[in-house]
Amino acid sequence: MCDQKKTDNKEEQQKDLAEAMQEKSSRRSFLKGLSIGAAAVSATLVTGCVPSADAATNEELRLRWQEYFKKNYRLMTQEEKDQTVSRLERLATLREGLEVQIGSEPPVKKVLYGYAFNITRCEGFMECVAACIKENNLDRKTNTQYIRIFEMEPGKLDPSEGDGKFFHEVPVENKFYMGTQCFHCENAPCTKACPTKATWREPDGIVVVDYDWCIGCRYCQAACPYFGRRFNWGKPEVPKEEVNVKQHYLGNRLRPKGKMEKCTFCIQRTRKGRLPACVEACPTGSRVFGNLLDPDSEIRYVLKHKKVFRMKEELGTEPKFWYFID
Amino acid sequence: MNENREKNLRTFIVDVIRWNFRGSIAFQLFRLVLIGCMALGIYAYSHQAKYGLAVTGMNDIVSWGFYISNFTFLVGVAAAAVMLIMPAYVFHDPNFHRVVIIGEGVAVGALVMCLSFIMVDLGGPLQAWHLIPVIGIFNFPSSILAWDVLVLNGYLLLNSLVPAYILYCHYKGRKADERKYRPFVFLSIFWAFSIHMVTAFLYQGLPARPFWNNPLLGPRFLASAFAAGPALIALILAVVHTATPYKIDRSVFNKLRLIIVISAIINLIMLFSEIFKEFYFPTHHSISAMYLFFGMDGHNSLVPWIWTSVCVNLAATLVLAFNPGKNNPKVLLPACGFLFVAIWMEKGIGLIVPGLIPSPLGEVVDYLPTWVELSVTLGIFALGITVVTWLVRTALIIEDRYGK
Repeated sequence: MCDQKKTDNKEEQQKDLAEAMQEKSSRRSFLKGLSIGAAAVSATLVTGCVPSADAATNEELRLRWQEYFKKNYRLMTQEEKDQTVSRLERLATLREGLEVQIGSEPPVKKVLYGYAFNITRCEGFMECVAACIKENNLDRKTNTQYIRIFEMEPGKLDPSEGDGKFFHEVPVENKFYMGTQCFHCENAPCTKACPTKATWREPDGIVVVDYDWCIGCRYCQAACPYFGRRFNWGKPEVPKEEVNVKQHYLGNRLRPKGKMEKCTFCIQRTRKGRLPACVEACPTGSRVFGNLLDPDSEIRYVLKHKKVFRMKEELGTEPKFWYFID
Repeated sequence: MNENREKNLRTFIVDVIRWNFRGSIAFQLFRLVLIGCMALGIYAYSHQAKYGLAVTGMNDIVSWGFYISNFTFLVGVAAAAVMLIMPAYVFHDPNFHRVVIIGEGVAVGALVMCLSFIMVDLGGPLQAWHLIPVIGIFNFPSSILAWDVLVLNGYLLLNSLVPAYILYCHYKGRKADERKYRPFVFLSIFWAFSIHMVTAFLYQGLPARPFWNNPLLGPRFLASAFAAGPALIALILAVVHTATPYKIDRSVFNKLRLIIVISAIINLIMLFSEIFKEFYFPTHHSISAMYLFFGMDGHNSLVPWIWTSVCVNLAATLVLAFNPGKNNPKVLLPACGFLFVAIWMEKGIGLIVPGLIPSPLGEVVDYLPTWVELSVTLGIFALGITVVTWLVRTALIIEDRYGK
């Protein structure tokens, strides 16, 4: 319901916008637009983001100001991490009326995450996609998805030759399904490209983005050979009652607009010893996740006993994501 | 001494501003049009700042569009100033010495536009300070974008400070000390090549994008820049020659024509070599070129664009090479204009957009810039033209007085 209302509102806004644009030829409204623009720019410079029409409280302004000048996450001491986390939690309450818990759990020692995808078993139900959207607070407006499922013809093993937009009853006779997402490359082209070190590979193998340090240049997106990254072209929208409040600083916290995001192997879950949402949701058991450094883990079993392969191996990116056949 | 100098610097700045507010009615109108364009650009950008880059035509597949296309092309225009600097300072050609200052003005204008295009393309322009070394983090030398920031700003400094020093000396009525600025001139020659090579490496270094991941990209950037840049400079010189008392020797135009023709021919040879490689034995890596030249899955918005560019480019190069009007400026100048536009089409949108199509997972979409992108771009072009007119006007007045 609320969702519907929100989209209606949005449509109305856009209609207003379109009207305002048509009136542009009139000098007065043009000048008005200009002055609004100038005001927006100056307000933007002061507060660090474009303020909404609601009167911002002093506390909110102060918190935003402090947030604007904080460091890159990797350079913060634990104390500074705790401070920014509490600021972000307070801001979420002030701005969205949400009680969120943002974690900053460090990587677990002697853990290197790996992922395997069984192409024999997957039947294209897309439960993983739905679970991912919910878990990671992905933008509902533009329908952002970290996971893509491709319907493949027999004889092909490259998703670029499959159908990523299928919409019919599954499974289909004589087709198989391949999922893609961020492959958390050991030699990641994206982290190398970033001009501000806003994206990096954590010691447990997860490639993360510091959303507040990212400047939104999208060079990492151009550098990724697997289409693993998503950009927040506008402000992401998640209906308030659907927001997952259990968050991580480097994971599923609500992203600002103009920032890059990507799959984090559900860092907010996996660093607490749980499985990623997609693995948990898969009804066919096609998804295997675990610690590559643990010789008794399921992922190690798969790598040892199954026929495995990786996508675009020739690029030397060393993904931590394998496909396998039963 | 120091106080005296400072006073002069102040009058220098005041004079520059004063000169730039005077001018004929037509010139004032021209300025008004430029200001109008910039105002439109600011209005469109305020819209973008409010709603995010969602108001542009870009998406997760075509993640770079009109802004980055124009940026890439203009880096070439900036680099092309070296084609005046080299004959003037290295080979001591007296006629080029008279016009080199105009070339440097064009380079500064082009660089201002480049940096503006980068700024408007950022999703978080307010976080741009994260790029500044010491207060931010500069991912050097790993990120080619960090290199690009370095070389573009360095080139902007070199190209503004050397002419500023020379002009300031001339303003004070004394000869500029060549020993002081000569090292910087040589540095800027080296730097001009580096800005365009580094910008090419930005794309060339991405194995994810086979259309760009091509060792010919850097050299081709240079060749196309040394054709398009001097073509633009020739047009600007023609305007200066007709609209101001500052006369430019015919030999400058003849030499520029030679530079343009040779560069344009090298550019076309390299283009042909690329097309041959993509289509003689098409592989997976040729899909972007296929999309660009012939369209794919019903998506073919770039097909007329690129063929227009190639045909105009060929025709203009032939006209400049065979010179059918026997040095008639009414033939050569339009040819320069057409060549400039053809290279802008090919090296801007024609290079950036197909590099991103299809996506690494094979999806094909079309890209069209929105009114926001077009207006912001227009505004930035107006800004660049304003900068060039200010600099050139100042330079011409000072040089004219110094010459007397």
